[in-house]
Amino acid sequence: MSEEKIKQAFVKALAIPEEQVKDSLEYNSIKEWDSTAHMILIAELEDVFEVMLDTDDIIDMSSYAKAKEILRKYDIDC
Amino acid sequence: MITDLLEASPYSVASADKKRLLLRGLQELTVYHQQNCLAYHQLFNEPVEPFTDISAVPFLTVPLFKQRPLKSIPVEQVFKVLTSSGTTGTVPSRIYLDADTAKLQSRVLVKIMQEWLGKQRLPMLIWDSPSVIKSRDSFTARGAGIQGLSFLGRHHTYALNDDMSLNIEAINTFFERFGSGPVFMFGFTFMVWKFGVQALKEQGLKFDFQNAVLIHSGGWKKLEDEAVTAETFNSKTEDQLGHVRVHNFYGMVEQVGSIFVACEEGHLHCPSYADVLVREPGNWQVVPEGNVGVLQVLSLLPKSYPGHSLLTEDRGRILGEDNCNCGRKGKYFEVLGRMEKVEARGCSDTFERTGAGQ
Ligand SMILES: [Zn+2]
Repeated sequence: MSEEKIKQAFVKALAIPEEQVKDSLEYNSIKEWDSTAHMILIAELEDVFEVMLDTDDIIDMSSYAKAKEILRKYDIDC
Repeated sequence: MITDLLEASPYSVASADKKRLLLRGLQELTVYHQQNCLAYHQLFNEPVEPFTDISAVPFLTVPLFKQRPLKSIPVEQVFKVLTSSGTTGTVPSRIYLDADTAKLQSRVLVKIMQEWLGKQRLPMLIWDSPSVIKSRDSFTARGAGIQGLSFLGRHHTYALNDDMSLNIEAINTFFERFGSGPVFMFGFTFMVWKFGVQALKEQGLKFDFQNAVLIHSGGWKKLEDEAVTAETFNSKTEDQLGHVRVHNFYGMVEQVGSIFVACEEGHLHCPSYADVLVREPGNWQVVPEGNVGVLQVLSLLPKSYPGHSLLTEDRGRILGEDNCNCGRKGKYFEVLGRMEKVEARGCSDTFERTGAGQ
């Protein structure tokens, strides 16, 4: 299911253990999710779901919960 | 009615609305920094009267950020420290960011750039070498600039090797893949010119990009020494790279995110949450529109450090407000090079003696 794919994208892009990926996980709240990792994460999500995220999405994607909300906008069921 | 400049589109707010909201925001920031930054409070310890004019907002000079740590947050909230060596190259400015200020800076930077690039993230060609962002914890101004703007691109490609030679293979691959569509190029003015445009010319290389936007920044000082004007820069860039719309921007590491982009007329535009004033060296009074003096920049972004009102070391003049031919609202101005050394020193001296800019 898509949520699992999002979770794995976070694990891979941020190089963090799966347990750390929760709704409350916020951008810039851990050193692994800084602006460099953010770009890697965006690219990973685009690859996995074959979407093109725009600049508003990148700025709005401030947490794991928010990432799911944004992907739902692109008809991803998660 | 607009109630929050930070939410407004960057070039949409006319002067009456802007003045009211900007004054309120700058007032709040001044009081906030007095309460949260001891060094700032030592410089400005008078209780703040409600400002009736932007010129009443006290200002700091840029060298102060080299001389002492100026921050309005406790040490444990420091999220990132930006450094710039400046022109003298000895002691760097140190700018302390917390997560909120860093977030606000990138948000606002993206809002401004959307006006020039659109919302789509375009393939991005960076006129620099990849080593410039190697360290993730301490950023130079150059690294931070590239990092901040890379949010706006995709397929990030560095056009230069670590020794600043052209990475022809990378540029070729980028061009083959994306050259017929819209692309975004970014670099520091001098790097684009010297290691990009001129190097291409020397090697007799041309690319015919169909729809590129080049954003560049960093100052004209070195180019002026070679007598390169903006017109020359733009036309030579087109000679080597094809259809490129070129936009310069002015900004400083002490106010990251708060940038002034040149429009199609070549005028630098203030976004809604930032402003400029021009002051006369010596008496430091504000001069009328059109007169040349030293630029002061004001911004609503700096919350974690007292950088909301800064006297720069650059000369310039205001060209108008709300009436540029391009249709964008806000003041527009031009930068006319660095202040003379003597003037700059006089300014720091004045500042140190009186402890205030007013
Ligand atoms: Zn204009």
